[in-house]
Amino acid sequence: MEEKSVNKTNSNGYTFLFAVILVLVVASVLAFTATSLQPIQRENMRQEKMQSILATIGVETDRAGAQELYSKYISKEITLNENGEVVESRNAFDVDLAKELKKPVEDQVFPLYIADYDGEKYYIVPLRGNGLWNAIFGYISLKDDINTIKGATFGHLGETPGLGAEITKNWFRKRFEEEKIFDSNGNLVGVSVVKGDIDPSDKDDNKVDAISGATITGDGVSDMISERLKRYLPYFEKQTEIKVATK
Amino acid sequence: MATEKNNISQEKEAKKKEMILFLSSSEEKEHFLSKGNRKLLSDPLNDNNPITVQVLGICSALAITVQLEPAIVMALAVTAVMAFSNMIISMMRNLIPSRIRIIVQLVVVASLVVLVDQILKAYAYDVSKQLSVFIGLIITNCIVMGRLEAFALGNGVYKSFLDGIGNAAGYGLILIIVAFFRELLGSGKLFGFEVLGHQGATLAESTGLYALGYVNNGLMLLSPMALIVVGLLIWVQRARNRKLIEEN
Amino acid sequence: MELINLFVRSIFIENMIFAYFLGMCSYLAVSKTVKTAVGLGAAVIFVLAITVPINYLLDTYLLRPGALQWLGAEYADIDLSFLSFIMFIAVIASMVQLVEMIVEKFAPALYGALGIFLPLIAVNCAILGGSLFMQQKDFGTITEAITYGFGSGIGWFLAILGIAAIREKIAYSNVPAPLKGLGITFIITGLMALGFMSFMGIKL
Repeated sequence: MEEKSVNKTNSNGYTFLFAVILVLVVASVLAFTATSLQPIQRENMRQEKMQSILATIGVETDRAGAQELYSKYISKEITLNENGEVVESRNAFDVDLAKELKKPVEDQVFPLYIADYDGEKYYIVPLRGNGLWNAIFGYISLKDDINTIKGATFGHLGETPGLGAEITKNWFRKRFEEEKIFDSNGNLVGVSVVKGDIDPSDKDDNKVDAISGATITGDGVSDMISERLKRYLPYFEKQTEIKVATK
Repeated sequence: MATEKNNISQEKEAKKKEMILFLSSSEEKEHFLSKGNRKLLSDPLNDNNPITVQVLGICSALAITVQLEPAIVMALAVTAVMAFSNMIISMMRNLIPSRIRIIVQLVVVASLVVLVDQILKAYAYDVSKQLSVFIGLIITNCIVMGRLEAFALGNGVYKSFLDGIGNAAGYGLILIIVAFFRELLGSGKLFGFEVLGHQGATLAESTGLYALGYVNNGLMLLSPMALIVVGLLIWVQRARNRKLIEEN
Repeated sequence: MELINLFVRSIFIENMIFAYFLGMCSYLAVSKTVKTAVGLGAAVIFVLAITVPINYLLDTYLLRPGALQWLGAEYADIDLSFLSFIMFIAVIASMVQLVEMIVEKFAPALYGALGIFLPLIAVNCAILGGSLFMQQKDFGTITEAITYGFGSGIGWFLAILGIAAIREKIAYSNVPAPLKGLGITFIITGLMALGFMSFMGIKL
């Protein structure tokens, strides 16, 4: 560095002025970009959420087309409380499960999406739990009998790529299709991800094959499914009662 | 009082010089000797590679080398940040008060990274999800700071720009080589395509190499193998380029 | 119980070096002797244990969407999260400055030994990484943030201590010339990381 410039730039006043100007310039540039890009970013997140919800009932779409198909097929968004009663004050789509899970169960609300697709009715339950490194999440859709799984999607924040991160792949999601969430005694058990001897064609065993090398992520998926589905049990029981009554 | 102040500032000055020396270390001499700007670009690819020779920027590099695609995106993001931060710091090099130099550099780099992050989130959402926190870690990627200290503070704008691109390319090259081997050997794929054939549930259902009984090496996907692959790369490079061998 | 679990996880399982490769630059540069490694490791523990909780407070009460709610309902929509990188790095840089001054005053010998590496902690990825992971993990309380910061610091300390001890010994071994120094250090770190992976299934 040149001797002159060092002298000039070392004075307190100059340093202070420089810092102030720098902070002002940087802050305005960043604030401008952030505010101008924020709507696009929010839209991306919304569309992605719709995309994953739709994927569980077998409607595959890109992000751009998600909004249209979502309003077409998702007939109802409801928010439930612990007792399976509808909470009118909360918009289901805007419920942040990450925040809800931190509260005690009695204060939590449980969003539920009801889809009408190809003349069938589906219940879509959002999931969230812990994988090996960080949170994992997803959606699972149940057929009208509230037992058979129509489909599932998974996502993660930081699972090992190539191992735990494979839960987002289609081949893993496909394993859940047609599986049952109640065991033969009528208890809600969810679907466990297990290693070893599994007959993939047996759809009544409440088990799917795990990803090798991703045991803990797999356990996380099992726990997440059973924990979340249990919370909806009161609501599901009401639904089946109604069905029995109308029959 | 005045002399005391003087002493402190001298001490600080000396420390800074030391720091510049550390960050630039021996390889910097080559830059000062190099004639053409082309050397600025080609040097970091081999003789002066930021990862295998200068040992800078390994931090955020290895965790995203399990697959080729995120590795390439990361390389591009680092290139953008490095080229522009080098340019900006070089433009301001005579204006920056040396006392707050490090903070100024951090602020410039951090704002560029925020810009990249925001742009990725808006226009390449899927990619930004894959990189997650590692995009933020570009800020503390030692290559960026190292080149700012060692080169941009003392060189012209255009040269600094080239230096940034060159070093980012050298960094990206290693990322891509490591990612290539890890994805190929670990999951038998490149860019997500099954290049070694399809692995079915049984031997009979498999095609390509898998039909011969080949199995993926799952260990390649785990973090320790990234380190070992880089270690082996260094071995290969230094065996071919003997002048890089360390004394101890 | 949760806290102990988090603590153990952050030391052994989510080790900054072995699982995320964070802070590799100074890890490789300062691991030639145990003495300097211990000094730097202690400084990293200290800086991590301070910056993660401070950044947690910043994130919770200033940066994240809705964080400004405590100022009044009309501020609930403000989302300053785009500033988090800059705020975090500014906190880290100033904390490092503070540590530098403290070490200079109370342990001049250590200050001399650490030399330029002390200011370089500011650009140690492990420190910023700690804050970014803290933000991603979305901790509920500040105790969790303190535990996490402290634990990751200890993890980093253990890693650099281990490699420094091995490198002191390996100086007497007959390593193939092209592998000497950097190459063998990478491979040993890889093997150490393999060892640390055996902690993975542990849950307390």
